[in-house]
Amino acid sequence: MFTKQLTGRRLWIAALIMPPLVFVCLFIVYPIISAFAYAFFEWSGLARGDFVWFENFHKVLFVEPFASRTVNAFSHNVFVFFALMVFQNGLGFVLAYFLWRELPGFRFHRIAVFLPVVLSTIVVGFLWRLFFHPLFGPVNAGLKALGLGFLTQPWLGQDTTALWSIVFANAWHMVGFPTLVFLAGMQRIPGEVLDAVRMETQSEWVKITKIVWPLVAPSATVVFTLLFVGAFNWFELPYIMVGLEGSPHGSTDVLGLYFYRTAFGNQSGAPPDFGAGSALAVLIFLFIAIVAGTLTIRMRRREIEL
Amino acid sequence: MTASARSVSSVPTVSSNRSTVWTLDALVQVVLIANTLVMLVPIVIMVFSAFKTNVQIFQSPFSIPDFTNLTNLTKIWTQTNFLRYLGNSFFVTGVSMLLILTLGTMAAYAIARYRFTGSGFILMFFVAGLTLPLKLAIIPLFILMRDLGILNSHAALIVVYVATGLPTTVFIMTGFIRTLPSELEDAARMDGASEALIMWKIMLPLVRPAMVIAGIQNVVPIWNDFFFPLVFIQSDGLKTLPQGLASFMGEYNTDWGVLFSGLTLSVLPIIIIYILLSKQFINGMTSGAVK
Repeated sequence: MFTKQLTGRRLWIAALIMPPLVFVCLFIVYPIISAFAYAFFEWSGLARGDFVWFENFHKVLFVEPFASRTVNAFSHNVFVFFALMVFQNGLGFVLAYFLWRELPGFRFHRIAVFLPVVLSTIVVGFLWRLFFHPLFGPVNAGLKALGLGFLTQPWLGQDTTALWSIVFANAWHMVGFPTLVFLAGMQRIPGEVLDAVRMETQSEWVKITKIVWPLVAPSATVVFTLLFVGAFNWFELPYIMVGLEGSPHGSTDVLGLYFYRTAFGNQSGAPPDFGAGSALAVLIFLFIAIVAGTLTIRMRRREIEL
Repeated sequence: MTASARSVSSVPTVSSNRSTVWTLDALVQVVLIANTLVMLVPIVIMVFSAFKTNVQIFQSPFSIPDFTNLTNLTKIWTQTNFLRYLGNSFFVTGVSMLLILTLGTMAAYAIARYRFTGSGFILMFFVAGLTLPLKLAIIPLFILMRDLGILNSHAALIVVYVATGLPTTVFIMTGFIRTLPSELEDAARMDGASEALIMWKIMLPLVRPAMVIAGIQNVVPIWNDFFFPLVFIQSDGLKTLPQGLASFMGEYNTDWGVLFSGLTLSVLPIIIIYILLSKQFINGMTSGAVK
């Protein structure tokens, strides 16, 4: 009787666990393991050829024109990460600190800052592509209306401003996320701690650097790590705003676009190359995993339990 | 720390302190208002432009349009596949969400309510999937979908969305189900209720708040996803809204009024729901990041 009930219970647990587990194994674990394996084979179209050791890796890292494209795209990802670190996470922290004062209207500001976050990247990309249009875009029209006509330029059409413009669109889209994560962190700081600080100092700067910043460390860990993963996976926004080639002249090319072009081919006739594509995917994957892992561990150490 | 703090600040008197606070508050308000304008003005211009002709957009981009001019909207309604894309998005997102919440709750319930060997490992296994960028596994996924014969079908999207949605759902639901008291459950078990009945009748009604959080966290990225349809779907009749929008933007690239109408129509449903449920949205979308 007892054993029968126990096996029944085991069956019941298995019935609950197995279906979701199968989904994750089949559509996450298996593809990721396969991506590693695929990188070691030669591919012609969709057909897998011989085992070629590290040839694909060697190709994307050291053989021209792949090597310089890899370096070019990677350097842009690094730039995007640091630019967004300042203009998305940095601004997010400032906005959160301001919202935290709960001045009249802060509820409205809170809803407004998060509104773009719920929009699709595709809509945001198209919206800013139209806005940045050199002749008809509202950005240049607005600058002219403000008497700043000398600042008008083909934002997405020249090497010097294209990547910055996409970074701006990204920050506009996502700044609400770090803002509200930081705000939630600040709201968890106990009132007694804040009262004690108020007794000690009147300086906002001391309050921020010595109390608020250390105490929102868990929020910082999360938004920094997510931004890092996001910046090195960047694809949709540049794809919509400047196209698969990272135009003009590759000045907005990033690893996501480069990987997609390599794997699936492009309009200018380059054939799909699953071998080189997989090698790139593996390299990006390892880079993200190692850096994000280290970043998380190092930042966790800074966190203080209250 | 006190000493160093004093040396940094200039030890203000009470009256100067009050005025500093006032100036600071004024500065804070100015920055917040400016930021809110930057967030909202582009969306307002987009909606305004949806009711304008090309000439009006180019000559007076910021003017208030004649809202009774529905030419652009009718064009979208009658000449494009927009409604079809919208329907496809509803179908794909709906089925995915149903499966994510069902399967996610099942796994979370088993992990949280029963002691068995390996439960901790299984939770770790699910949670590990949280941070993996599945985009990078697109080549094997593409080949897998081809082998399963579901390339260029909604099934390909649904299975990927379910797999990517499960980690967050299991994570959120497990945490929540663990906090539920066990008295009710034990009493029902004493009365001879089966495990399935206990789960369905007693525990599930209690987990709804967590389901809302997990649901919102997944519904937004699934509704907005562009990458997987881009790779898996070729037939125009099967495209989801973001993907359909991309092909439609290419087709009408000179008719700005129609383009802005398309953008407006595709964001309106989500903006309205967001304004009505902003608290749940903010909680849901930041819940993975906020403990």
